[in-house]
Amino acid sequence: MSEQKNLVEVKHLQQYFPAGGFGKNKRYVQAVDDVSFAIRKGETLGLVGESGCGKTTTGRTLLRLYEPTGGTIVYDGEVLFDKEQKIAVDMLPYRRRMQIVFQDPYASLDPRMTIGDIVGEGLDIHKLAENDKDRHDRIISLLERVGLNSEHANRYPHEFSGGQRQRVGIARALAVDPEFIVCDEPVSALDVSIQAQVVNMFEDLQAEMGLTYLFIAHDLSVVKHISNRIGVMYLGKLVELADSYELIAHSVHPYTRSLISAIPVADPKTARQAKRIVLQGDVPSPLNPPSGCRFRTRCPYADERCAAEVPEFKEVGPGHWAACHHLDKVAD
Amino acid sequence: MSEKILDIQQERLSFFTPAGEVKALNGVSFAMNQGDVLGIVGESGSGKSVTAYSIMGLTAYPGKLVGGKVWFNGHQIDEMSEKEFRKIRGNEVSIIFQDPMTSLNPVYTIGNQIVEVILLHTQKTKKEAWARAKELLELVGINEPERRLKQYPHELSGGMRQRVMIAIALACEPKLLIADEPTTALDVTIQAQILELMQDLRKKLGMSIIMITHDLGVVASMCEKIAVMYAGHIVEYGTTDEIFYNPQHEYTKGLINSIPKLNAEEKERLVPIEGTPVDLLNPPAGCPFAPRCKSCMKVCLSKMPPRTELSDTHYTYCWLRQKEEFEKGGKAE
Repeated sequence: MSEQKNLVEVKHLQQYFPAGGFGKNKRYVQAVDDVSFAIRKGETLGLVGESGCGKTTTGRTLLRLYEPTGGTIVYDGEVLFDKEQKIAVDMLPYRRRMQIVFQDPYASLDPRMTIGDIVGEGLDIHKLAENDKDRHDRIISLLERVGLNSEHANRYPHEFSGGQRQRVGIARALAVDPEFIVCDEPVSALDVSIQAQVVNMFEDLQAEMGLTYLFIAHDLSVVKHISNRIGVMYLGKLVELADSYELIAHSVHPYTRSLISAIPVADPKTARQAKRIVLQGDVPSPLNPPSGCRFRTRCPYADERCAAEVPEFKEVGPGHWAACHHLDKVAD
Repeated sequence: MSEKILDIQQERLSFFTPAGEVKALNGVSFAMNQGDVLGIVGESGSGKSVTAYSIMGLTAYPGKLVGGKVWFNGHQIDEMSEKEFRKIRGNEVSIIFQDPMTSLNPVYTIGNQIVEVILLHTQKTKKEAWARAKELLELVGINEPERRLKQYPHELSGGMRQRVMIAIALACEPKLLIADEPTTALDVTIQAQILELMQDLRKKLGMSIIMITHDLGVVASMCEKIAVMYAGHIVEYGTTDEIFYNPQHEYTKGLINSIPKLNAEEKERLVPIEGTPVDLLNPPAGCPFAPRCKSCMKVCLSKMPPRTELSDTHYTYCWLRQKEEFEKGGKAE
């Protein structure tokens, strides 16, 4: 798997949202700042972090649902966006190849469209169906593929449960036969028993159709389960990136470590023995992030250097990247 | 053995909606002693919140208690009037709601909202109440309490607001604290802070806690006893170790298997519970879990299973266990 080429590459991706003020005083929410990573063909890259860390924005900016304010996006060897070279290609042909499944299955389906039309909309836009019968057949086979049946095509979203709606969202993404899907917290709104059904379905679809995923979630256990590699974000920056097992077992960044230790383990004996690293305070505002390392205000190892210099995101082991000045101290 | 603080027997509660009678609780029974920490787990709509709300009389119209008895701290809840409820709410029993963003009043300062509870339930003067409010904020780990008292909820972060909610809930030193998904809306690092705080406070104040959550991880670290709910029934009840290491109801087993393990080295496939949760408007005649159960038998579809006692602290409602007891020549029906 590791020999395979990169399907998606982003370099120095930046997304600042204007947040009031004029001229010199204009302020920006620095949602994503200088994020670089690559996703290999056929793999699942997980992206975790707390709310407001920019993981959803990264996913959406990657698809250019938000126009990036800096950096480059390369998809399958073709440059989709480059701020410096002023390249911004027409996305329509790429929308067929890159799709997204949204977080909230209650808000992401148009209540006035039938399930069939929701799934078929992509087919219409990209003119994939030869005639009405073909369109109908395709919709039915998509619904069946995600565990729904043909009767469901004429119903409306409100008639479905959360888990079923999420399946519709997945069928919609699959309609155009994509190669790459951004899964933006697809299971966060679901109950645990349903969550497992949907996670298994994502895995089956990947095996059958050779899909590549960017799997965004705040639940590290789910991300660990489904991903080959995991990236951890904090306040708009990627702080650590490694193979899933490596990241959980041998994390080097202090934030990743506290994140892992903060997860409540569903095993009473381990839970009683576990020593939690409880971080103090809250995540600072992305309007005015701390200078230097953005994690320094909550980091137990922070010193003057952390305030002055932005730590470089560098390779610390084979395929293991992290951004921290004090990696030597963090290691046990 | 400490004194019994809560005793619920065969509680049945329904919501009378235009679509019909939604049977939210179908004969729920359990008891709690002073100082116990009980976790109630289950999926959305399983009745876990309703159980707790009914202790506070918060299930007003269209909800109605249609059967059973509830005793709390010497009061018979099922016969209490709204006026009597007002005396115990926030005083003997209080609650922390799920969403700290919407459960504080946006137009009053934090201080006002804490003082209100204290003035309502105690004989303290205004000055004493404000001093107590400041103490409470310190207790829940909010720095600069003087300044915070004058702030409005929107000026605080989610974690801070949840701390304020806890301060309000603790204002009158309740006997029982109900925490309804207190950390679900919070990020993991903030969740860890709040759970730590709740454990500290429990040690300091010695109150009983009912922790309602869908997160098995949270109950594993916080609770001593666990009630697993499904479709308005407690399907299994036991100590934390019994539930996690010796689950006997198929639903409990399913729940435990369906969560991904963080420390697993090998990638294992998740074992989901197939099907969808029951429709409480038309609950099945027998065991509510039967339609989704892998080991469903004929009897499961027609008759609700009786209680099977597995130990002094552990019981479940499942025909499979009844069958085993019977084969062992036990006391089963």
